Amino acid sequence: MKNLKIIYILFIGLTVFSCGDDFVDVDSEDENSEAFFNTEKDYQDALVAAYDYLQTTSKFVQFAEIASDNALCGGESATDSPYIQQIDDMIHSPIGQGDGGLLTMWQWMYEAVNRCNYIMEFQNNLEEFPSKTSVLAQTRFLRAYYNFILVKWWGDVPMLVDQRIQFGDQFEIDRTSRDKVYDQIRKDLIFAADNLPYVQNETGRVTKGAAQALLGKVYLYWAEQDWSDSSLEYVPSNQEKFELAATVLEDLINNGPHRLLTTAEYPDMFERYNENNDESVFEIQYSDIDGGSFDCFQCLEGNYASYFNGPRGFIDSQEKFDAGYSFNVITQEAVDAFEPGDLRYETSILDINQYIADNPGSSYDASAGYEQTGYFNRKILARLGDLNIGDAALTNPDNYRAIRYADVLLMAAEALNRGSISDARARDYLNEVRNRALLDDVTTSGNNLTNDILKERRVELVGEGHRFFDLVRTGRAAQEIPGFQAGKHELFPIPFEEILLTGNRWDNNPGY
Amino acid sequence: MKQTFLKILTLFFVAYTSAQNVDVSGNVQDNTGFPIPGVNVLVKNTSKGAVTDFDGNFTVTNVEVGATLTFSYIGYVTKEVVVTNAANLTIQLEEDLAQLDEVVVIGYGTQTKKEITGAVSVVGSETIEALNPQRVEQALQGQVAGVNITTNSGTPGGGSTISIRGVSTNGDSRPLILVDGNVVEDLSVINPNDIESMNILKDATAGIYGVRAANGVILITTKTGRKEMPLTIQYDAYAGFQQTTRKMPVLNASEYAVIVNEAYAAGGSTPPFSDISNLGVGTDWQDEIFQTAPIQNHNITFSAGKEKSSYSYSGSFLTQDGIVGGGKSNFTRFTNRLSYNLDFLENFKFKSGVTLTRTNKNNLPESSLGSVLFNALNMAPNLPVRDANGAFTLADGLGGEVINPQAQIANEYNRNKTMKLNGFAGLSYNFLDHFTAEANIQFNYAEVDSYLFLPIDFYGVGKVQNTQTSEVTENFDIYRDYTFDAFINYQNTFNDVHKLTVLLGTSVFKTTGVFSGRKAFDILNNDPANARVDLAFREEDRFRALGRNPKFDGRLLSYFTRLQYDYKGKYLLSAVIRRDGSSRFGPENKFGYFPSGSIGWIASDEGFMENNNFFDLLKFRASYGILGNDRIGDFRFVSLLNGEGTYFFGGTDLENEVIGKASGPIANPEIRWEKQKTLDIGVDMRILNNKVDITADYFKRTTEDLLVSPQISGLLGTGAPPFVNAGIVENTGIEFAIGYSDNLSDDFRFSIKYNVTAIKNEVISVSGDGEFLEGGQFGISQPAISRMEAGFPLGYFAGYQTDGIFQNQTEINNSAVTNVAAQPGDLKFVDQNGDGVIDLDDRVDLGNPLPDATMGFNLTFDYKNWDFGAFLFASIGNDIVRNYERNQQLVNKPIAYLNRWTGEGSTNTDPRVSIGATSNTVFSDYYVEDGSFVRLQNAQLGYTFNNNDGKVQKLRVYLSGQNLFTLTKYSGYDPTAGTGAPIGGGVDQGFYPSARTILLGINLKF
Repeated sequence: MKNLKIIYILFIGLTVFSCGDDFVDVDSEDENSEAFFNTEKDYQDALVAAYDYLQTTSKFVQFAEIASDNALCGGESATDSPYIQQIDDMIHSPIGQGDGGLLTMWQWMYEAVNRCNYIMEFQNNLEEFPSKTSVLAQTRFLRAYYNFILVKWWGDVPMLVDQRIQFGDQFEIDRTSRDKVYDQIRKDLIFAADNLPYVQNETGRVTKGAAQALLGKVYLYWAEQDWSDSSLEYVPSNQEKFELAATVLEDLINNGPHRLLTTAEYPDMFERYNENNDESVFEIQYSDIDGGSFDCFQCLEGNYASYFNGPRGFIDSQEKFDAGYSFNVITQEAVDAFEPGDLRYETSILDINQYIADNPGSSYDASAGYEQTGYFNRKILARLGDLNIGDAALTNPDNYRAIRYADVLLMAAEALNRGSISDARARDYLNEVRNRALLDDVTTSGNNLTNDILKERRVELVGEGHRFFDLVRTGRAAQEIPGFQAGKHELFPIPFEEILLTGNRWDNNPGY
Repeated sequence: MKQTFLKILTLFFVAYTSAQNVDVSGNVQDNTGFPIPGVNVLVKNTSKGAVTDFDGNFTVTNVEVGATLTFSYIGYVTKEVVVTNAANLTIQLEEDLAQLDEVVVIGYGTQTKKEITGAVSVVGSETIEALNPQRVEQALQGQVAGVNITTNSGTPGGGSTISIRGVSTNGDSRPLILVDGNVVEDLSVINPNDIESMNILKDATAGIYGVRAANGVILITTKTGRKEMPLTIQYDAYAGFQQTTRKMPVLNASEYAVIVNEAYAAGGSTPPFSDISNLGVGTDWQDEIFQTAPIQNHNITFSAGKEKSSYSYSGSFLTQDGIVGGGKSNFTRFTNRLSYNLDFLENFKFKSGVTLTRTNKNNLPESSLGSVLFNALNMAPNLPVRDANGAFTLADGLGGEVINPQAQIANEYNRNKTMKLNGFAGLSYNFLDHFTAEANIQFNYAEVDSYLFLPIDFYGVGKVQNTQTSEVTENFDIYRDYTFDAFINYQNTFNDVHKLTVLLGTSVFKTTGVFSGRKAFDILNNDPANARVDLAFREEDRFRALGRNPKFDGRLLSYFTRLQYDYKGKYLLSAVIRRDGSSRFGPENKFGYFPSGSIGWIASDEGFMENNNFFDLLKFRASYGILGNDRIGDFRFVSLLNGEGTYFFGGTDLENEVIGKASGPIANPEIRWEKQKTLDIGVDMRILNNKVDITADYFKRTTEDLLVSPQISGLLGTGAPPFVNAGIVENTGIEFAIGYSDNLSDDFRFSIKYNVTAIKNEVISVSGDGEFLEGGQFGISQPAISRMEAGFPLGYFAGYQTDGIFQNQTEINNSAVTNVAAQPGDLKFVDQNGDGVIDLDDRVDLGNPLPDATMGFNLTFDYKNWDFGAFLFASIGNDIVRNYERNQQLVNKPIAYLNRWTGEGSTNTDPRVSIGATSNTVFSDYYVEDGSFVRLQNAQLGYTFNNNDGKVQKLRVYLSGQNLFTLTKYSGYDPTAGTGAPIGGGVDQGFYPSARTILLGINLKF
C-alpha cells in the first residue's frame, strides 16, 4: 500500500511539473524558404532580392577597368588590396582572393544566380497571378546578367538551371561548358525580350531594350570563341552570331525608346541629376539613404567604387567632387587615345592638375597614393552633396549606366561590320556616336572599320568596365596589356579555396 | 546496543539522583582570539542550548555537571567540552582545514566532499575575498586545476573566455554557468562579494546537466543568512588606482624619420624627411593615452536569522575607469541582492533570492585594427597631439585606419547600460521519511540599452573613421529566460550499510527576447547634448532594412534520473541518465540521451588501512559519460527568409526602397547534438594529519559530431555557412593539485597551494580527408592563418617558415621565392615541398595559442594580526601572433626595426624596410612569438585590529596589488590576453592590457 502511494505521488508530481515534447517545437517568425511563394507579393519580394545583387557588380566594373590598359590600380600603397594590384600587373593567381578578391566576387554572383533560380524553382507554386510573366522575364534577365559575368570572368562555370545550388550540391556539380552557359543566357534573354515592355512604370526595372542590348552583346562575346560543345543541339556559327547580334540590336535601335543624348546634353551624362536618362538602356540603381560598412560589402546600397576612384585629399573649390581612395587611375595611354576636340574627354577624365589650375582654391594630396597618374575616372567618381551616411566612402548614390545607347550603336556597328552584313550601316552608327562627340565621320570599311569601331569603343566607354573584355574577345589583349599572357589571362583563376571546397575535382583555368 | 542502553540508563540515574546543575557561560573565539557569533551551543543528547551573540558570548542555564556541551559552527571543527563547574569558559574553535564533511553542490542535490566521485573543484568565498576580483572570472584564474581563463580585454568590465579542460570545439566552448540554478551568460553583472562558493564540475558527473554540460559546469552559490543568527552587518570596501603594466617600445621621432627615409629610398621614392636633425624624440603617443585610473568598490551586507527564517541583503557599488581613455571606458556596477528563506514546517521549506543589477559601460574601440592602442602604436611620433591652433593633429598620410588616438577618444560616445533582474524561488517538501520533493524556478530579465553617437569629425584625408553626417543610434534589447526544475529525491539506508539515493526530475528552460533600435541623423550643432534620436532627423528603425524579425525563442526540455549508492561509505557509485530536447535541432534530431556514471573507492576506510598513520584519506575515483552541446544559435536546421535583399525602383530615395525576401544563413536539416565522451580517473588524498591535500586526475575528452560551421563553397552564396556535425577533437590531460597548510605556532599559520594542468589538444578529424577550417585575420587581405586540421592542435598557425634573410642576389637566385620579387634584405622562406616556388603549399605549423601547461600558486600566512597572501599563475607553451602593425609607409614602428637589415651581413633576423611590395609582411614565423608567462596576479597584506570596544566584530585593513609583474619574452602588451576564439585566437591586434591595480581596502563587521 505504502509503495503504491509513493508511486502515485511520484507520478502526480512529475505529471504536474513536466511538459510535453512539443515544448521544444518552436516556429520562427521568419518565413521558411521552402514554404514560400504563396502570393504574388512573395514572388515580387523574392525578385527584389534578385535585383539586389546588381549593386555588387560595381566591383567587377572596377576590377575589369584596372585589368585593362585604361587604368592602373592605384590605391594607398603597393600593398593596398594586393589582389587588385596583382590583377593590374597581371600577376594574379588563385591564391589570396578571399576577403574582397575574386573569391568574394565569385560567391556574390552565385548568390545572385541562386536568388534568380529560387524564383524559377518555385515558378509554378502559384499557377496564375497577374504579374507572373513579367516576374519570370525580369528574373531570367537577371539570371542572364549574372551568368554572363561568370562566363566572362571564369569561362566554364558550374551552372544549374531553375534550381538553387543547395548545401551538398557543391560536391556534385561540374563546370558547365561555356557554350551551354551562353546558350542558357541566350534563351533567358530571348524570353525576357519577348515578354518585357520597352518602358516600365518604375525606373530600375528591366526593360525589353535592356534584354535586347544584352542579348546583342552576348552574341558578340560568344562569337569570338572557337569552343563548340557537341552535346548542345544547336550552336550558331560565328557568322550567325554576328547576324543575330545585328538583328536584335537594330531592332532595338529602330523600335526602342532610346536615343543618344545630344552634344549639349552629353556633359551631364554621368551626373546624379541625370540618372536613368534616355541614353541609359540598363542602369544599376544605387542609393545613399542607408549606411554601410566594410563588414558587409554585398549589403551596401551605395556604389563603393565612386569614392574609391577619387583623388586623395581632394578639396574642390567648386564643391562638385568628393575626395577618394585614388584607385582606378587612368593611364596616359588612355588619355592619349582621345582625338583632339573630343567632347567626351572632359566628361570622362578628371585631369586633377588641370582642374586645380582652373579652379583656384582646390587642392589634392599629390604625394599620397600609389602609382598616381593625375588622371581619374570622372564617370564613376563621387560627387559632393549626398547624405554621407557612414561609412560615407561606401554609400555614394551614383548609378552605374550598365548599357548605354552609344554602346548599343557601337555593338550594332561591330556586328554589321564583322559579320560582313553592312559596312555602310556600321559606319552610320559609328558616326552617329562620333558626331555627337564633335568628331568627324570615319569613312573606312572592312578591317580598318573594325579597328575604328574598337578604337571608338575605347574612348566612348572608357572607365565603364568594358575595355578589358573588348580586348580579350577580339584577341587584342596580349598586344595591348602589359604582362598579359595569351592563353592564360583571358580568364581569371578560380580561387584555390573554391576548388578545395567543392571536392578538389576541378582543374583551374589554363595557366593558373 | 546493550552497552548504549546501559550508558543511557546510567546517565538518567545520575541525573535523577545527583541533579547538581549549574549555569554555564563563556565566550567562543576562533584561534586568533576573535569572537565567533552564531555558534550553536548544545547540551549533548538534549535540546537545550544557546547561540553565541555578537561578542561570541553565551549562557546556558541549568546544566548538569558532567554533561557535554558541543560547539558547532560551519567551517570549524566541532568541539565538545564536559561541564565541570560554573566557571566562565573560553572556547577556541579550530578552523576545519580538512572539511571532509563540507557539503558540495553537485546539481539537483548535495554531497559531502568525501562522497564525491567526480572531478569537482571548489572555490570558496575566502578565496574571493583574498583576490578582490572585479569580475568573477578573476577568482577562477589559476585557482582551479583544469580551468583556463583568457582575458579578452583589460578594459574595465571586459570579458573573459573560460575553458574547462581544454578547447573541445571550434564553436562555443564556454561552460554552463549557473548562479543559484540560474543560467548566466554574462558574468560582469555578478558581484563577486555575493558569492559563497563556486563549484566547478569538470568531468562526466556534470552529466546531470546533460544538454549543456559538455564544456563543464560552474555552479555558483550566493551568500544567504543563517537561522538563529543575530543581525550582522558587514561593510567591505576598497579603493585604489590602475596603471598599464607595459608600454611597448616604438621608434621616437628621429629614429622614425631615419627608418621612413630608408624605406622610401628602398621603394624608389623620395625620402620625405629632408632634415631630421631637429625632430628630437617627438610625441610618445602611448604616454598620451595611458593614464592612471581610479577604482573603488563598496559592499554592504546585512544578514540575520530567526528560528524558522533567515534573510540577507547586500548592496554593492563598483566604479572603475580605464587606463586608456579614463572615464571614456568607465565601468560602473550597482547590485542589490535580497535572499529570504523560511521553513513553513519542519519538512516544508521555502527559499528565494532576487538580484537587481545595473551596469554602465563606456566603450572605446579596442583590440582591433583602428583601436585606440593600435593608433597609439602606429601614429607618427613627429606629429604633435595638437596643432598650433589647438585642434587635434590630423593623421594625414598614415593610411586609412590610423588616426590621432586622442582625437579618437575625444569623439567617442558609446555606452551600454544593462538592467538585470534575476531571481529564484524554491520549495522543498520532505515526506514519508525518505522522500524530498523540490521545485525551483529561476528567472532572468535583462534590458540592454546601448547608445552610440557619431559626431561629424575629420581625422585626416581618407580616414575610414571620418564622419560627414552625424548619427545617433539607440538600441534597446530585452532578454528573458526562465528555468524550471522539479525533482523527487529518495534516500534511504538499508541494513546500516547500503545507502541509496534516487533522483527523478525534469527541467525546462526557455529563453526569449526582442531587439529594437532606432537611428537618426543630423544632430543639431553636432553637440552630444542634442544627440538623441528624438531630437535628430530621418529616424529609421534598425530592423527596417534587414527585413527580419527581431525576436528569438529557444527552449530546452529535459528529464533526468540519478542513482547513487554506497556501501559502508567506502564503495561509491553514481549513475545518471538524462534525456534532453532542444529547439535548436530539427524534428528528427531534437532529443538526445546522455548517460554518465562514476565510481569511487575510499581505500583509507578499509580495514587494512586502519592502522596506517600516513593517509587520512585515500580515495580513487573514475567517471565516464557522454555529454551534449547545442550551442549553435536558433533555427539553423531550417532555411529562413531573413537575408538581406534591397533594391530601388522608381528612384533612389527612401520611398523608393523596396525590401525583398532572401534566404539567410544556410541551413542543414541534419544537424544533431554534439557529443562529448569524457573519461576521468582521479585520486584524492590527505596526509600528515590532513595538512597535505593532494588531488590528481587524468582525463580524456573526445568531442564527436562536432558542430562546426566550416567555410563552404561560394556556389552556395553569401549566407552564413551551415553547421554540420563533423570532426573529432581530443583533449588529453593531467591535473595535479597539492595544498599544504599548517599552524607552526598559535601565532603563525600558513598554507601553500599549487596546481598544474597539462593538456594535449589534437584535432582527430575535420569533416573529410585533408579538409581544414580556417580563421584568424593577419594584416589586410592576407589568407587566414589559423586552422583546424586533423593531426594538429585546434587553431594552430599555418604560415611560412623563415630561414634568415637574403643577404645578396646570389642567394635569391639560388632560392625559391614568392610571386613578389625578392631583394636582398627580404625574409627567406623555406620551400617545404622543394618545388622551386614559395606558395601556400609551403605553409607549415608555426605554433598554436593553446598552452601546454598552466599553473597556479597560492601562498598565505597569518602571523598574529597580520595576514599575507600571494598568488601567481603561469602559462607555458602558448604562442602569440604579433599583428598590431599597419604596414603603411608613414606609420610608426616597433623599436625592433632599428635592427633591420641594412646590407650584406648586417643581420639575419629582421628584414629590410621598404615601402614597395615585399613578401616580408606575409605571415611567417617572423611574426610568431612565445607567449609563455608567469604573473604575480595578486599580493595582499592585511592587518586585523584587536577587538577592543566589543561592538565591532572584525576590523581589517589591507593593501592589495593585482597584476604586479609578469615575466615573459612576449614583446606585445599582455601575453594573458586573447580573443579566446578556438580558431583565430592568439592573434594580437593590440590587446588592451590588464591593468596593474593597487588597492587599499577595509573589512568591517559588526
